[in-house]
Amino acid sequence: MSTTTAPVDPPLDTIPTVPAVAQRARPVWEEKPSAALQFGKGAVLSLVVLAVLFPMWSIVVTSLASTQTINLAGGMVVIPRELDLSAYVLMFSGGQVTRAVGVSLFVTFVGTTVSLVLTVLAAYGLSRPGSFAHRPLLFYFLLTFLIYPGLVPSYLVVTGLGLKNSLWSLILPGAVSVFNLVVVRAFIMGIPSELFDAARVDGASEWYVLTRIVLPLSRAVVAVVGLFYAVGYWNAYFNSVLYIDDNDKWPIQRVLQSYILAGQTPQLDGAAFALPGFNAYPPTLAIKMAVVVVTIFPALVIYPFVQKNFTKGVIVGAVKG
Amino acid sequence: MTEHAAAALPPNRARRSFVRGLRRDWPLLIMLAPAALLLLVFHYVPTLGNVIAFQDYNPFEGDNAFEAFINSEWIGFGNFAALFEDPAFWDALLNTLSITLFQLIFFFPLPILLALLLHGLLSARLRAFIQGVVYLPHFFSWVLVITFFVQMLGGAGLLVQELRAHGFEAWDIMSNPDTFIVLVTAQAVWKDVGWGSIIFLAALSAIDPTLYEAAAADGAGRFRRLWHVTLPGIVPVIILLLILRLGDALSVGFEQFLLQREGVGRQAAEVLDTFVYYQAIVPQQWGLGAAAGLFKALVGLVMILGANRLAHALGEQGVYSKS
Repeated sequence: MSTTTAPVDPPLDTIPTVPAVAQRARPVWEEKPSAALQFGKGAVLSLVVLAVLFPMWSIVVTSLASTQTINLAGGMVVIPRELDLSAYVLMFSGGQVTRAVGVSLFVTFVGTTVSLVLTVLAAYGLSRPGSFAHRPLLFYFLLTFLIYPGLVPSYLVVTGLGLKNSLWSLILPGAVSVFNLVVVRAFIMGIPSELFDAARVDGASEWYVLTRIVLPLSRAVVAVVGLFYAVGYWNAYFNSVLYIDDNDKWPIQRVLQSYILAGQTPQLDGAAFALPGFNAYPPTLAIKMAVVVVTIFPALVIYPFVQKNFTKGVIVGAVKG
Repeated sequence: MTEHAAAALPPNRARRSFVRGLRRDWPLLIMLAPAALLLLVFHYVPTLGNVIAFQDYNPFEGDNAFEAFINSEWIGFGNFAALFEDPAFWDALLNTLSITLFQLIFFFPLPILLALLLHGLLSARLRAFIQGVVYLPHFFSWVLVITFFVQMLGGAGLLVQELRAHGFEAWDIMSNPDTFIVLVTAQAVWKDVGWGSIIFLAALSAIDPTLYEAAAADGAGRFRRLWHVTLPGIVPVIILLLILRLGDALSVGFEQFLLQREGVGRQAAEVLDTFVYYQAIVPQQWGLGAAAGLFKALVGLVMILGANRLAHALGEQGVYSKS
């Protein structure tokens, strides 16, 4: 089962973070585009960028707004008038949001660790054509792309294992992504085999080769795959609908859904403990928007660190089977 | 010492090479065992568990799921009959297919257009900035994406609020079943248009620039070059993604619909996956749900193999090469 599209293969340089040449010169044979075309392109691209940035801006500004500002604006705020952190202070002084952030952080950290360890181990184990039972084992992993168990049997298996209301139900069922595994495997197979041969001649064990040769060379791909896993765990919503009834164990996405989409009022037992100088009863809308900001935050923080490696990881995985 | 070599050997030597291979490669087997075990438990066991589609599965027939499975009554195609007689199932199927088709027409071309725009930018720094921004929403959860839409376009959102403030009549686009298909497509575009453009950008930058130069020297204008050089360069990727999309024709963003089904109602927002959730898992109609899941999986498999064969027939590479 080899999947190939030759034309996508070679250059992986679509995102130059530190561009060698910041300004590519227009080739001599290319005619200068008309002013209308230039303007049209600029307008479309600006619109696309604004469509992403504007809602984020408005949500952050609203989360920092006072009751007065929100009333004046009639709801969502666009122009900031002050920096009122009351909503955040309240949110993190105990109560449902604090708990949910804790749950989500736990699931994300533990889940990503488990996933990365299992994925890298299996990718290395599958990286040597000609090793024991290599083809049937590879087929065993790749077949999961073609056949997919439905919702009902998966649900019955997870609950049958007694994972209902356990945070492991949010981790184990999706812990190994074969897509990510294929990405890592393709990368490992691209490492020059002379390195492995040299190590083996010196009597290195597989474990030694993996930890001392493969891992140091595959930091970039492990970072990308780790980001994919972490984002997946942090963003997971439906698993918690299926498996977590106890709302003390709700992850942050579930809490956000209950506040914004189901229209529940945030339950924050921390109101009495608000610090002096902060409003103990910030506007509900500001609290809701603060929850949105908290939910986006992790993605925003880790995003730049791994962005430069995106294309490589994605394309290699998409192209090589 | 490859497997092929081993297969050609006489039996006793083959056995010896089997033992030798095992002795040499057992660390590799141990390394992939945990992942293989998880796939077994959470992928293959449930896949086999789909046979309850042919049962009147009752979880209380035993102490655990397996005992219940052994004791449940086999009813042949009864669940499928019930499923196909249910008008709600056909509504969900029709909704799913309309949304897939609508998105194929109005979503699928957009990442290509965005990639063309980005590829044409001369300033690498500007391009990196725009890419950084447009990839971002891919990393937002559906809960977040829909929250953004509610806060911007919903009944209490920014747009309605501004329209009212300026004396216009306001409407709530988030709960209108008639325009729901446009709304969900807009959400999908907002979330994934940037991410979808990556693969096309890679394909574009793989096109040999001398082809453009030669075309220009022969007098081909901007549009001619786009048609005769750029397009053939990215067609294999387009075909590949079309095939993958067809294989997934019965899956449209599940959480996206689950989250908005309350707001716009079942008529517009029920897709196959939400149908399974609301008609099987919530009321515990296990056999019926498994039947629907099996139906979906089979259609998906047929679609992807069929589309792949079509691609081969058209002389394209497709997803799986023939070897």
